[in-house]
Amino acid sequence: MYTQGLDVKSDSDRAPPADTPTGPEERFQARVDAEEKIEPRDWMPDGYRRTLIRQISQHAHSEIVGMLPEGNWITRAPTLRRKVALLAKVQDEGGHGLYLYSAAETLGASRGDLVGDLLSGKAKYSSIFNYPTLTWADIGAIGWLVDGAAIMNQVPLCRCSYGPYARAMVRICREESFHQRQGYEIMLALSRGTDAQKRMAQDALNRWWWPSLMMFGPSDAQSAHSAQSMRWKIKRFSNDELRQRFVDATVPQAEFLGLTVPDPDLAFDEATGHYRFGAIDWSEFERVLKGDGPCNRERLEARRKAWDDGAWVREAALAHARKKEARAQAAAA
Amino acid sequence: MARNEWPLFEVFIRPKNGLSHKHAGSLHAADARMALENARDVYARRGEGVSLWVVPSAAITASEPGDRESFFDPADDKVYRHPTFYDIPPEVKNI
Amino acid sequence: MTDNALFDYLLRLGDTSLVLGHRLSEWCGHAPELEEDVALTNIALDLVGHARLLLSYAGEVEGQGRDEDALAFLRDVYDYRNHLLVEQPNRDFGHTIARQFLHDAWALELYEKLMVSADHRLAGIAAKAVKEKRYHLRHSGEWVVRLGDGTEDSRARMADAFDRLWRFTAEMFEADAVEQALAAAGVAPDPASLRPAWEARVDAVLAEATLPARPAIIGTSGGRIGRHGEHLGYLLAEMQFLQRAYPGATW
Repeated sequence: MYTQGLDVKSDSDRAPPADTPTGPEERFQARVDAEEKIEPRDWMPDGYRRTLIRQISQHAHSEIVGMLPEGNWITRAPTLRRKVALLAKVQDEGGHGLYLYSAAETLGASRGDLVGDLLSGKAKYSSIFNYPTLTWADIGAIGWLVDGAAIMNQVPLCRCSYGPYARAMVRICREESFHQRQGYEIMLALSRGTDAQKRMAQDALNRWWWPSLMMFGPSDAQSAHSAQSMRWKIKRFSNDELRQRFVDATVPQAEFLGLTVPDPDLAFDEATGHYRFGAIDWSEFERVLKGDGPCNRERLEARRKAWDDGAWVREAALAHARKKEARAQAAAA
Repeated sequence: MARNEWPLFEVFIRPKNGLSHKHAGSLHAADARMALENARDVYARRGEGVSLWVVPSAAITASEPGDRESFFDPADDKVYRHPTFYDIPPEVKNI
Repeated sequence: MTDNALFDYLLRLGDTSLVLGHRLSEWCGHAPELEEDVALTNIALDLVGHARLLLSYAGEVEGQGRDEDALAFLRDVYDYRNHLLVEQPNRDFGHTIARQFLHDAWALELYEKLMVSADHRLAGIAAKAVKEKRYHLRHSGEWVVRLGDGTEDSRARMADAFDRLWRFTAEMFEADAVEQALAAAGVAPDPASLRPAWEARVDAVLAEATLPARPAIIGTSGGRIGRHGEHLGYLLAEMQFLQRAYPGATW
């Protein structure tokens, strides 16, 4: 195909079309519109770069902070099989944070600065991780609902216009395919278990349902960055579209478990083929995002402690590397 | 903070023998050995490869997007570099 | 008779892997750098994986219907058979690394010898474990060198960590009737035979790390017969909580 394409190419094919945009912004948008990927050293509008750094680093922070609520239960997992599955899942989240920081670094941000913004409280991360994990069922609910919501969000990001972000998301989505199943399997075991286990499962669904719906962000009318991000093909679907997809996919899964979704207004609409659901309490979302959720302080404190406690290790490793380099140079001289 | 950051390395993985190493992503490490081990843990947890390279990101010299036309467009009309440029009668085999 | 010895021996190995894996898993989400978080968790996963193989086999050898989970979650401290070394708390990263290194240098030697065990199942488990142990030792040994020959602070921390841990290492080379019976049957090596290689590995790394040399070790022991320190009880209380709080439930 490649050589054929070359052979038939004539000068007239190579001439630019009549309406070729001239300014860099227009040329950039034309490339995006043509589904061409933007790569790190390509010209891009400052706003595009800023939006991506903000979104990718928030995404990375969410992965890293997200290790904490589930990490709580690694040492208390009820069987060895559950223990290794949970360990591998939380490890993946660390890895995914790392892939995402790497993608942000291709835009000229330094990971140290980005992490600094997280630790100082300047940067945001997904509000869902400011809720506590109280019982083992929360590990099931997080895998099922939180990872389920994340997948809805992330799959379209695999086609994001920015190459490194899209590639990181492809890797992440591939690796995450077991996460949601892991969670649902826990819920399945609980909902088929003793009365106490069923109660645990229902209680977890009650607490995680609404925060999971909030994960898709404010409704389209309220969303600050949506329209521009769609135009730049950073985003492919609106918050409300993805939220509806999630509800449609998840409600039947809850029914299969024999659990009740904590929404009295939830009803299947025959006409549209979608579930209608009740109003989301956006004041709670705002409150948790601004720092007054149940665990905001604990999460940041845990991250700060890990970072501060690790400072001597990072310094020592660097000092050792420099010594070794100096010795190698001295030996070569 | 950036001054004391571990340097950045690019990671390349050979998925299996017979294929080239392919860029997988990047990571931070204090030295090359650590980078290699981290690459194994971060990018090859699921048996993604049989060989790893790590290269300090600072050691890579890259072409500029602005050089794209001067670097790559001339190749577009050098059709004589491609086998179908040459007319060989169909009855001639094994060429 | 040998079955009883084999059961005990498998618990000693399995519990040692499980408790150390558990300790490492406590780091998940809290390591000094993201890359190292992923690395420590990998090692934890390997160790819990070894424990599952060893404890499952122990349950079969025992023949009382106990599986890996019955053995892991429903035995109390005095029935646990792990080395005292691995139940020591993490303290800081340096202490975790020193503990890991002292264990890895022993475990690699052991599993290499177990690959030719007269017990084929155990030999198979060892063949899988040995590949992972090689990597673990490389990881922990390199970190000992980095931190020993890093900054003044890191060197002092590592010297302190080894100073705290030496006393728990003698136990790894002791033998009682269990190891003696298995050594006689060609199932397991005589623990004392692991010592020269362990000492050589440890000494070489300490020297490269510019850390104080290994002292003459007057050890404390007891882990292998269920006489533990105070830390293990807390570890098990946490690990076994759900199985204890909801007896008989399936998870």
